[in-house]
Amino acid sequence: MSKRIDVKDLNVYYSKFLAVEDVNINIEARSVTAFIGPSGCGKSTFLRTLNRMHEVIPGARVEGEVLLDGDNLYDSAVDPVSVRGQIGMVFQRPNPFPTMSIRDNVLAGVKLNNRRISKSDADSLVEKSLQGANLWNEVKDRLGRPGSGLSGGQQQRLCIARAIAVSPQVILMDEPCSALDPISTLAIEDLINELKSEYTVVIVTHNMQQAARVSDKTAFFNIAGTGKPGKLIEYGDTTTIFNKPAVQATEDYVSGRFG
Amino acid sequence: MTGPAPGQVTAPEIDRLEGKDVSTNSLKASTDRGRAGDKIFSGISLAAGVLILAVLFSVAVFLLVQAAPTFVADPAEVTGGNGFTAYILPIVIGTVVAATIALLIATPVGIAVALFISHYAPRRFSRAFGYVIDLLAAIPSVIYGAWGYIVLAPQLAKVYTWLAENLGWIPFFTGPASQTGKTMLTAGIVLAVMVIPIITSLSREIFLQTPNLHEEAALAMGATRWEMVRMAVLPFARPGIISATMLGLGRALGETMAVALVLSPGALVASLVKSGNQTIAAEIALNFPEAFGLRLNELIAAGLVLFVITLIVNMIARFIITRHQEFSGAN
Repeated sequence: MSKRIDVKDLNVYYSKFLAVEDVNINIEARSVTAFIGPSGCGKSTFLRTLNRMHEVIPGARVEGEVLLDGDNLYDSAVDPVSVRGQIGMVFQRPNPFPTMSIRDNVLAGVKLNNRRISKSDADSLVEKSLQGANLWNEVKDRLGRPGSGLSGGQQQRLCIARAIAVSPQVILMDEPCSALDPISTLAIEDLINELKSEYTVVIVTHNMQQAARVSDKTAFFNIAGTGKPGKLIEYGDTTTIFNKPAVQATEDYVSGRFG
Repeated sequence: MTGPAPGQVTAPEIDRLEGKDVSTNSLKASTDRGRAGDKIFSGISLAAGVLILAVLFSVAVFLLVQAAPTFVADPAEVTGGNGFTAYILPIVIGTVVAATIALLIATPVGIAVALFISHYAPRRFSRAFGYVIDLLAAIPSVIYGAWGYIVLAPQLAKVYTWLAENLGWIPFFTGPASQTGKTMLTAGIVLAVMVIPIITSLSREIFLQTPNLHEEAALAMGATRWEMVRMAVLPFARPGIISATMLGLGRALGETMAVALVLSPGALVASLVKSGNQTIAAEIALNFPEAFGLRLNELIAAGLVLFVITLIVNMIARFIITRHQEFSGAN
């Protein structure tokens, strides 16, 4: 249960402003792909077009195609709601629902999709998802407590558990560790390594070491200047991008010469 | 910076030589800058808090002292001739019924309108719409009363006749229906119209404050907009909705003018489409100008009862809000 993503000639607009220009990329199933690049280069915007979350912002639209195993997400008959059900997302800041218990947070997405779920099924799903997110041992005794009482790293893993509970095809992560301490970051990175055996994972990160540690492939985005659209500069195996990049700008960025 | 010339004795050194307490720790030097502002501000806020409590206390004392003669009076002398309880109970029920009708209508409508403004309407339109709603809240109640009396009641009279004929077996709709439409149900509806803008304005503000974070979390899981509202917006806004409803209830309970104009009062009846029933606030307003002696004490005692009802309702609301505090996201 994981699908590949192929993006063809994608332009992303906010109203008239072209934010990301002409992206072509093929993301393999069951792999971890990292998007790196300086702030404002459009990597988060591009990530959000992969599950149509950018449409939440008024005026945002795209041209081009995003194919999930060959099916275009932007086909006029496709409902963004069902796209998001298949392509889960983890955000920069942990965002468990504060009014729900840990257990209800995990089940939130499942209850949307099929409203009736027996208690035993729910219990086993909660355990499986929390174990999948490496959180089970820490919270198994307090599943009824509010999710907001956990530490930041635990909350982020709870969000990952919530995302994998609905068995998505793809998990998108938008700088999932930028609000976390190094120990929690390590826990999430370990988790990403485990997730790729079952899911296609796409992660945006500002941390180049993180990209090098977790990803199989890396895409470098850059921007020519303020007000110019972001572009995909180079995409390849992570080892290639970090050791022998083909483009000078990539080398400058990964070697820390700018950005 | 030029220091003292070598050999010269500086002022602090003289102090030290004389055994005075001199400190060289510059952090200890008092900086009056800002301190005064702190003191003034905390004094003002303390005074404001004390003032509110003092006013509340003096109102309570006034009500208690003025109402006291009613409770010790000979039951036969109280209006109705059967003591204060027999006099007050029907209008307490009337007050609660009117406020309940108002809230039953106004809460869902107010929340729905607020949600429409905050999450469904196009942005440009929603701003204008919100402005209109705020204006509605500012219309004086006597105008609502006049509107209810002249426009709404005659229209509703037809509905009431139909209700009495077809649903008369329900105690609330027992006939014969009032031909003028000046009934409890009309009063409740007019109160609802007055309360809706209050609930809408406050709820809208709360809905708009829902963290983007949680709305996106719901949407990213594949929630539709309505599911997102149920999952992220409404739970977040719950305490705010309760507070808004309580403010609305406060207006509904205490509303005098509109009820006085719209309701033709009478004895307590279960039917909401007959004339009859009365609310405390309207009872006080209608009778106060001609009241003296024990009658005046009675009316003030009625006011005391209204005061207590409001207090109890607010305490229940506080209790409901704090009961769920753990899950409010405030931690």
